[in-house]
Parts: sequence; C-alpha cells; structure tokens
Amino acid sequence: MKIRRRDLLKGIAASGLLVAAEQSPAQAKRARKDLPPNAVGILYDSTLCIGCKVCEYACKQANNMPVEHTSSKEVMWDDPQDLSAKTLNIIKRYGVEGPKDTVEGFAFIKRHCMHCLDPACVSACPASALVKNPENGVVTYNKKACIGCRYCQVACPYNIPKFEWDSPFPEIVKCQLCAHLLVKGGISACCAACPTGASLFGPVEKLRSEAKRRMAMEPGEYYDFPVANIDGTEVQQHRAGAYVQHIYGERELGGSQVLYLAGVPFASLGLPELPEDSYVALADGIQYAIYKGMVYPLVVLGGLIYIIRNREEKKE
Amino acid sequence: MQERQALGGKVLTVPFKVCAAIVLIGLFFLGKRFIFGIGSVTNMNDGYPWGIWIAYDVVVGTALACAGYSIALIVYVFNKGEYSPLVRPALMTSMFGYTLAGISVIFDIGRYWQAYNIFLPWLSNLHSVMFEVALCIGTYILVLWMEFAPTLLEKFKAARLQARLNRIIFVFIALGILLPTMHQSSLGTMMLMAGHKLSPLWWSGFLPLLFLITAVVIGYAAVIFESLIASVAFKRPLELHLLSKISALMPWLLGLYLVIRIEDVNLRGYLPLAFEGGLLGNLFLLENLLLLAALLILAYPNNRQNPRLLFIASCAMLLGGSMYRFNTYIVGFDPGTGWRYFPSVPELFITFGIIAAEVMAYLWFVKTLPVLPKFTKA
Ligand code: SF4
Ligand code: SF4
Ligand code: SF4
Repeated sequence: MKIRRRDLLKGIAASGLLVAAEQSPAQAKRARKDLPPNAVGILYDSTLCIGCKVCEYACKQANNMPVEHTSSKEVMWDDPQDLSAKTLNIIKRYGVEGPKDTVEGFAFIKRHCMHCLDPACVSACPASALVKNPENGVVTYNKKACIGCRYCQVACPYNIPKFEWDSPFPEIVKCQLCAHLLVKGGISACCAACPTGASLFGPVEKLRSEAKRRMAMEPGEYYDFPVANIDGTEVQQHRAGAYVQHIYGERELGGSQVLYLAGVPFASLGLPELPEDSYVALADGIQYAIYKGMVYPLVVLGGLIYIIRNREEKKE
Repeated sequence: MQERQALGGKVLTVPFKVCAAIVLIGLFFLGKRFIFGIGSVTNMNDGYPWGIWIAYDVVVGTALACAGYSIALIVYVFNKGEYSPLVRPALMTSMFGYTLAGISVIFDIGRYWQAYNIFLPWLSNLHSVMFEVALCIGTYILVLWMEFAPTLLEKFKAARLQARLNRIIFVFIALGILLPTMHQSSLGTMMLMAGHKLSPLWWSGFLPLLFLITAVVIGYAAVIFESLIASVAFKRPLELHLLSKISALMPWLLGLYLVIRIEDVNLRGYLPLAFEGGLLGNLFLLENLLLLAALLILAYPNNRQNPRLLFIASCAMLLGGSMYRFNTYIVGFDPGTGWRYFPSVPELFITFGIIAAEVMAYLWFVKTLPVLPKFTKA
C-alpha cells in the first residue's frame, strides 16, 4: 500500500504533539552534575572578613589588572564600585553603621566567579571559549575562541563575566580561580593574601565540611580557623560568628565551588535566592525532549522532502 | 504556472533617497563602533549585554522575516497551491530580513573577526542554544537565496541553470520549512538560561513553543501587511481573496497562543503581577490584548473581507508578537544591582539604517525583478 501524503503529514503532526504531551516543560530537565574529582574552590566567611580589600589588591597584582578610578580622576587609588572588565574580585559592604554581621548593622561579601558545577556560561558559549576543567572544575576563558556574543553574560546567574565595552578588540573578563597559579602548585592570590582566613582556598569537599564545622560552633566562643589554604599549616584563633545555617553555593543551581558563610541572610548581601536545579539542566532537558539528539529534525526533514518532491513532480 | 513581472519604473524615488540618507548616517556610527568599540556608540552594559541590535534586528527582525516560512508552510505542506502568488514577495522579504539580521550580528558581536570559530568542529559547542541558532540561521540565509534564485535566473534568462536548480529545489524548500521551525523556537529557548533575571511574566518552560507560534503569527501578519501596502503603493489590485483565506487560520493560532500564554503564567501563580499596574504588568497586558484584538477581528468571516480591518488586525499581530519578543529580551530582563538600559541615538540609527537598507532593497528588487504576480489592466 502506498503511503499517502496526508497520512504521513498526520504522522509528523502527531509525533510533534506526542513530544509536547510526553514532556511538559516542568519535568524536562536532565540530572545534576557531580563535583569534579579534584575540585578546588574558595570558602568565604563573611563573619571573618574585615573589609581590608587586600584580596582585591592581590587579585589585581596576580592577574595584571589595571587600577580602576570610578569616583573621580583625582582619586589616586583603585576604587571599583562593582566587578568590571578591570576588576575580577570585589569586597562589598551591605548595610549601615551598626554592629557588624547583623541585619541592623552591616556585613561584607566578596564577589567573583562561583565556578559553578553546572556553569550556565559554559553551556551558553557557542564557541567553547569558556570551559570547565574536568579535573579541578575551574572555569576558564580562552580569548582565541571567543566571538564576543556575550551570551555568557546573559546566562550567568551571578552576573560575573564582564566585557571590554570600550575596546575595538574586546575580551570577556572573569575570575579564573588563578588557574595560572594553580598549575604551578600555588593557591588563589586572594586567599593567599587574606589576613584573617576569611577567604580560604582548598578542595571543595574539605571546604564543605569546614563550613559545616563552623555552623555548628557556639557563637562567641574561640575556635581554630585555618588561614589561606585549608591544607596549609597556618591557623588563627577567632570568636565564632552567629552563622546563618546555610552554605550559599552548596546547592544553589546545582552547586558551585565557591561557598559562602555569613551572619546575615544572603539575600541582604545581594545574593539571589535560587532553585536547586540549574537553568542549564532545564534548558538542556527541553532541547533534548524536542530534538532527541537531532533524530526528530532529520525525520521531519525526510518527511518534508518526500511531500514536497511529490508535489513538485505532480506539477510538471 | 503563475506569471510574474517586474514593476519597472524609476528606482531613485524620494523614499529611496530618504532611506539612502538614513543608511549613510548608520554607516557613520558603524565606523565609530569598529574604531572605538561597542561602548562608544551604544548604551549596552555589563548588566544588559544585549540591546536592540539583538532584540530588534535579530529576534524581532527574523520573525518579521518569517513571511516566507509561514507561506511556504501552507503552500507546500498543506498543499494549498492557490496561495503561490504570495510566495515570491514573501520569500524576498524573508531573504532581506534574514540576511540583514545576519549582517547585524556581525556588528554586534565583539570579536567578529573570529566569528567563524563557532563552526570549527573542535570549538563548536553542541550544547549551546546559541550555536544551534547561529547554525540554523546561517544555513537558512543560504537556503533563502537558493529558493529565491529562480527569480534571479528568470531575469537573466539562464534557462539551463534554472532547469538544473528546479530539479533539486525541493530540498531547499524542505530545509526552508525545517530550519525556521528549529531556530525560531530556539530563540525562545535561549532566554530560558536567563532564569531569575527574566521576569516570571516572560520566563517559562514554554518559551520555545511561544516563540515558534509568534514567528508564524508575525510571519502571516507580515504577508498581509506587505501585500496590502504594496497594492496601495504600486496601485495594483488587492489580493484580497487570498489574504482573507490565510487570515482564517489566524484566530486558531492566536487562540492557541493566548491560552498557553495566559494559562502558563496563571499556573505558575504570577498572573496577579499583571494587574499590579507596574510597567511590566501593563506591557504584559498590552501585548496580549493586541493579539486578542486581532483574534476578535479575524474571527468574523465578514471582517476578513474588509481590507481596512485586515490591515488593523495585521498591525495588531505585528505589534503584539514583536512586543512579546522584545519584552522577553529587554524589558522583562532585569539583572538586578541597579543596571539600566535604554538605546542610545547612534545605536538606534544603526538599526534604522538596517531597516532603511531593507526597504531600499525591496523597492529595487520589485521594480527590476519578476517578483509580484503579473496583472493586466482590465
Ligand atoms: S558564576 Fe557565572 S561565570 Fe562563574 S562559572 Fe558560574 S555561570 Fe560561569
Ligand atoms: S562572549 Fe565569548 S565567552 Fe561569552 S558566550 Fe560569547 S563566545 Fe563565549
Ligand atoms: S581566585 Fe584569583 S582571580 Fe579569582 S578573585 Fe581570587 S585572586 Fe582574583
């Protein structure tokens, strides 16, 4: 029996509907990503941060970043207001005068790339200019691949990648966890410079347990806190802060390799409340449901060619 | 087969010259952009990395250029050959729209000199929606030129080539239907990644489907709009019987769209946002009311015979559909931390220049090439 064009058409339409029915957008998402085997990251403890900004200076030194003058040309020192194409790392202060680490007072937060487990920037980049190292999980940038489309900026939930708007040959700029120091066996410059251990470098698993240890501490009591590198030897004694019982970055959008602890709710530090499934997983899931790895488009194309050729032949 | 003719007449008319002037201004600012960087002519910033060049030139522009896609869909797939007089002008609009969108992307991307990187197999990111969109749009531009080629060949009387092309044209026609289906929906998927930065009135798992439907709606509306305008401007008879027939499809499509659009926002619990009176809420309402108005007009067969109402309905669809896309990319997007965006004058002029170039190309082509159906004054 010859297949009639209309039947074929109906078949195509029906399979389209089937895809739609079988996969409602809310269910279509793929599994979460695991921590890379030797994942390293940073634990930033807002209660230990004294706002000295030494890490900002160290970051600029280590990464050859220029000084930024935002308030006036006369100001001699570096005074970035936010992350920018000249500033990879910034300490921000939220709140008013009053006791530190309280909602009525103020608190510090350090912002730079989170080195997400399921990075939106990596998935978004059409040219693989942003890649996540499969070993240590660091998300790095390759200007030789980048086409400057800025989809990474749209996609990053934390607004981290910055663009050189005033250059005819612009690049994307972001923290790469001092990958150039890591390969030489070093640690990130910001953590190495931090005088109190507020920025602590180390394997993510260890940082997670360290964060849990801190959240269980009795506020106001003295404890030992590792400084610079969790695998290092330097230790300082500090009073434990009154921690919010939440490690920001542990689960947000599938988790990240940079983790935050604070004495005030994270929303008041400019960190958005986020679901546990990444938008990447959702988008991937929907793309996959629609295309099933390009099988559906090819089937449809075959059908279309068949229909149209038949029609064109009849016309002659 | 339907006969077509070139309109003839003077090409260098006043509208043509006005457009040329706008193109020149655009070119001036474009020069500035290439010498001093994108920041020197636009208001785009690290919070709003995409401005009107993407939102209008590409996202709305290619939807307006879906005329060819929408018509091909009924002519070839639903086997309604009677509409074929509409095919060539629609294809031509698509060809210009897409080609110019492709060109404007080059202005927009920062590292344009290595744009080909995304097609190098070792750099292509198959997981990137942007990669899929770029590949589909790139191929589709080629396909559109191939589909339009018979018109050019007819003009230059290259009969042999024409015959050869005709034997394989069905492959291009098929691709011409598949590719827009893919990339138009993916333009919606693209903004899924914006997540919490996009207002819940626009962010939705249905973005791909809603983008696909708006592409078809805007495409049909563009056919109606263009055909009515061309009839008046070039003093040709109205193709009313055809236009009213394709308009009969629209209420169904619009109905489907509105049900999904509203019900989706409602099920996620954000419908009250629409009635809070803020800018976003009002735009959401306006966008959907425009489409609803078109639906109501076109639902009555009598209205579909009335050129004035057809024109109004097509304008409502063009506006409503374009607003949906524009809002998804710009207005509904808020990266937080106080970023603002409103296009700068030079930025606008570059976009105007692109539109003007399109109008010039249209005028030039219809006057010199056999695009519009032939008619003899009775
Ligand atoms: S924080 Fe942003 S830039 Fe950094 S890895 Fe995650 S998505 Fe990429
Ligand atoms: S701007 Fe560069 S790094 Fe960012 S997504 Fe585009 S190509 Fe990738
Ligand atoms: S890890 Fe390196 S690049 Fe990143 S913020 Fe710290 S010092 Fe800067």
